[in-house]
Amino acid sequence: MNMKGATAVVEALKGQGVKHIFGIPGGYIMPVYDVLYSTDDVRHILTRHEQGAAHAADGYARASGKVGVCMTTSGPGATNLVTGLTNAFMDSVPIIALTGQVPTAVIGSDAFQEADIVGMSMPVTKQNFQVRKASEIGKTIAAAFKIARTGRPAPVLVDLPRDVLLSEGDIELPLDAEILGYNPTVNGHPVQIKKAAELLLNSERPVIIAGGGVTISGAFTELAALAELLGAPVVTTLLGKSCIPESHPLSLGMMGMHGRKSSNYAVSQADVLLAVGTRFSDRITGNAKEFAKGARVIHVDIDPAEIGKNVPAYLPIVGDAKTVLAGVVRAASSMIAKGRETAWTKRVKELKRYCECEFEGDARPIDPRALLKQLQLVLGDDDIVVTGVGRHQMYAAHYLRREKPRTFISSGGLGTMGFGFPAAMGAKVARPEVEVFDYDGDGSFQMTGKELATCKENGIKVVVVVVRDGVLGMVYQWQALFMGKRYSQVHLGSVPDFVKYAEAFGLKGMRVERPEQVGPALREAVKGDETTLVEVTVDPDAHILPMMPPGGALTQFFGGCLDRPLLEAMGRIGT
Amino acid sequence: MAMMTDEDPRRYIVGMIVEDRPGVMQKISGMFTRRGFNIDTIAVGKSEATGLSRITLSMMADEDTLEKLIKQLYKTIDVVRVFKMAERGSVVRELCLVKVHIKDEKARSEVMKYSDIFKGRIVDIAPSSATIQLVGTSEKIDDLLDILRPFGMKEVVRTGVIAISRDPKR
Repeated sequence: MNMKGATAVVEALKGQGVKHIFGIPGGYIMPVYDVLYSTDDVRHILTRHEQGAAHAADGYARASGKVGVCMTTSGPGATNLVTGLTNAFMDSVPIIALTGQVPTAVIGSDAFQEADIVGMSMPVTKQNFQVRKASEIGKTIAAAFKIARTGRPAPVLVDLPRDVLLSEGDIELPLDAEILGYNPTVNGHPVQIKKAAELLLNSERPVIIAGGGVTISGAFTELAALAELLGAPVVTTLLGKSCIPESHPLSLGMMGMHGRKSSNYAVSQADVLLAVGTRFSDRITGNAKEFAKGARVIHVDIDPAEIGKNVPAYLPIVGDAKTVLAGVVRAASSMIAKGRETAWTKRVKELKRYCECEFEGDARPIDPRALLKQLQLVLGDDDIVVTGVGRHQMYAAHYLRREKPRTFISSGGLGTMGFGFPAAMGAKVARPEVEVFDYDGDGSFQMTGKELATCKENGIKVVVVVVRDGVLGMVYQWQALFMGKRYSQVHLGSVPDFVKYAEAFGLKGMRVERPEQVGPALREAVKGDETTLVEVTVDPDAHILPMMPPGGALTQFFGGCLDRPLLEAMGRIGT
Repeated sequence: MAMMTDEDPRRYIVGMIVEDRPGVMQKISGMFTRRGFNIDTIAVGKSEATGLSRITLSMMADEDTLEKLIKQLYKTIDVVRVFKMAERGSVVRELCLVKVHIKDEKARSEVMKYSDIFKGRIVDIAPSSATIQLVGTSEKIDDLLDILRPFGMKEVVRTGVIAISRDPKR
C-alpha cells in the first residue's frame, strides 16, 4: 500500500495489537508523533523522562504478558532508554523501543542529536535494527515483535531515521516475519522429559526451583500439578515469585541471598533439583561451587545458552516451561497412580510452618515487617505490587505473600533503583481493573519520582508507599554488617518532604510515623481515584535478615530466627 | 563466564554462517568481549549463498568453554549456523604476507631458498626487502617466520585461519 514511512510505523504497531505507547517526542521522531495526532486507537502516554518510558513499558509487559512499547527521539532520548533496556534484557521482558534517528544522509557525521543507539544497545537487546528504506518498515517491525515476544523474551530496538519516516512508497505490512537464524525450541525432547519424570519419581528429596520463565510461559497450573504429584516443595527466585500461590502447602517461598531459610535448606538437602526458567543467578546460588552439591540438576530453559552456564546440568531440557512441565506431569502420571506424600514432603511442610511466623510488635520507629503486614491486609490477591530496588525490595520479596501470577513485579538481574514507580505506572495502564502498589524506597523513588506528573496528567492511579529510612538501605546494611559501620555516603538527609512533593504535582500525600497510622493511611490511599503517596518512616537499623553473605554457601545464614526448630525439622542439617 | 576448568586448553576452529548485514561483526565481537572469550583469529568473507557471510574463528579453549561459546553464538540472531571444525576432518589454511629485510646478496639468496622450501612465493622484491606470500597451516607459517626472524622482519600480515570440511571418502 502506498503510504508514508511514519504512517507505516503506526499501522504496523496497530497490526501487532499495540494499544499503548510510552514516550517523549523530539526532532527526529516527530513524523511518527504527527501520525499519532490523528490516531484514536493507540494511546500515547507522555512520560517525564525516557527512562520512565522504558520502565513503564517494562511494567506494562510484566503485568500483562504483552509486549510493552516505548518511543523516543534520537540522541539523548535514545541514550536515556539504555538503563530501561538493560533492565528488561536482564529480566527477559519483551519491549519494543522505537527511536528517531538523524537522516540517513548525515548518519556518521556527528549531526545534532545523533547517537549510535544501534551500537550502544547491542549488548542489551536481543536484536536491533536501523531501517534504511521505508519499504522495510513493515517487515522490520513484524520481525522485532516476533523476536521480542517469542523464545526467551527480550527488548528489541528499531532505529528510524527521519528521512525514512518522511519518504513515501509502497509499503507492505506483514504481521509475521521469517527470520533465518531464529527458531526457538519450544517443545522439550520427549526422551529427556521421560527421563526427568523417572529421575524425579526415583528421588527421595526432590525440590523444584521456579524462576521467571514459569511466569513468562504461564506454566502455573502445570507447576502446581507437578509439585503435588511428586510431593516436592517449590521454591522461587525473585522473578519467579507469584508463579505459585505462596499459601500452597508445598510453596516454600523465595530462596537465595535474602530468601527464606526453609527454601535454602530444602535446596541444600535436595537429591534432585528441577530448575525451571531460571538462570541460576549468583543471588540464588551463592558460591556456585558449594551450591546443592548433593543434587542432580534437571535444568529446563528455553534459552540453551543458560543451561550449564552457571551450574552444571545433569539432565538438560531445552524448551518452553509450560510444554515441558506439562510433559513431565503426563509422563509422571503414567508412572504413579496418585500424588506422593513422602517423609520428605512431611518435613518440608513442617519447615514451611516454622518459617511462617507472624510478625508481632508495634515498635517505633516502625518495623518494616509491621508495615508489610498492614500492606498485606489491604492487598487483594489480584492486586499488583511493584517494588524499587534495595533493602525495602528484599523485605517485600521475603515477607509479602502473593497468590496469583504476575502480581509481584521487581527488577531482578540489573537491580535498577528507580524502576518501581514508572513500572507500577505501566502495570496500571495494562491492568486498570486492579490496584497497583509501588512499594518503594526513599532512595529509589527519588530517581524517577517525577513521573508523578505523568500519573496526574494521564489519570493513572498508583498507590505509592515510600519507605523512608533516610539511608540507601541496602548499602547501609552492608556497611553495618561487613564494613564496621563505616557509613560512607548513604545518608539521604531530611529532604524532600514527600508529602509536599506529591502535593506539588497536585496529588495527595500522607505521612505515617506511628504503627497504628499505617493501616488507615493505606486504606485511604486505595480508596482514592488518583495516585496517592504514603510516606512511612521506618527504622534505618532494621536490616533485612536472614542474609546469605556474598559468596557464601546457601545455608551460611547471617541472622534471622528459628534456626533450632528448623534444624530439628530438617534432621541433621548443618552438622 | 569463560571459566577455565582443569582440562588442558587446545585449539578449536569454529565456522559460522551469518547474515550479511551491518553490525553483525560488531555483535559477535562485542559478545566475545562481554563474556570474556579470547579469540585467536577471526576471518570473514562472503559465502556460497547471497546475503550470507562465512566466519571462521580459532581459539585456545577447553571443551566446556567451547560449548558455551557455541551456544552464545547460536543465540545471536544474525548467526544462522555454527559448526565445530575438527582439524582432522577439515582443510585448514591461513595466508601470510611477510616483508623481510635484505641486507646483502647472501641474505637475498637465503631468503629465497627458505621461501622455496616452504613453497612460498616472492610477490615483491626491492633492494632492501623481499615479500613472501605463504599459504598453509598456522604451524607452517609460524615455522617460516621463526626461520626468517634473524634476517629482520619489517612487516607480517596474517589472515587468520579459514577452514572447510573434507567430504567423507567413499
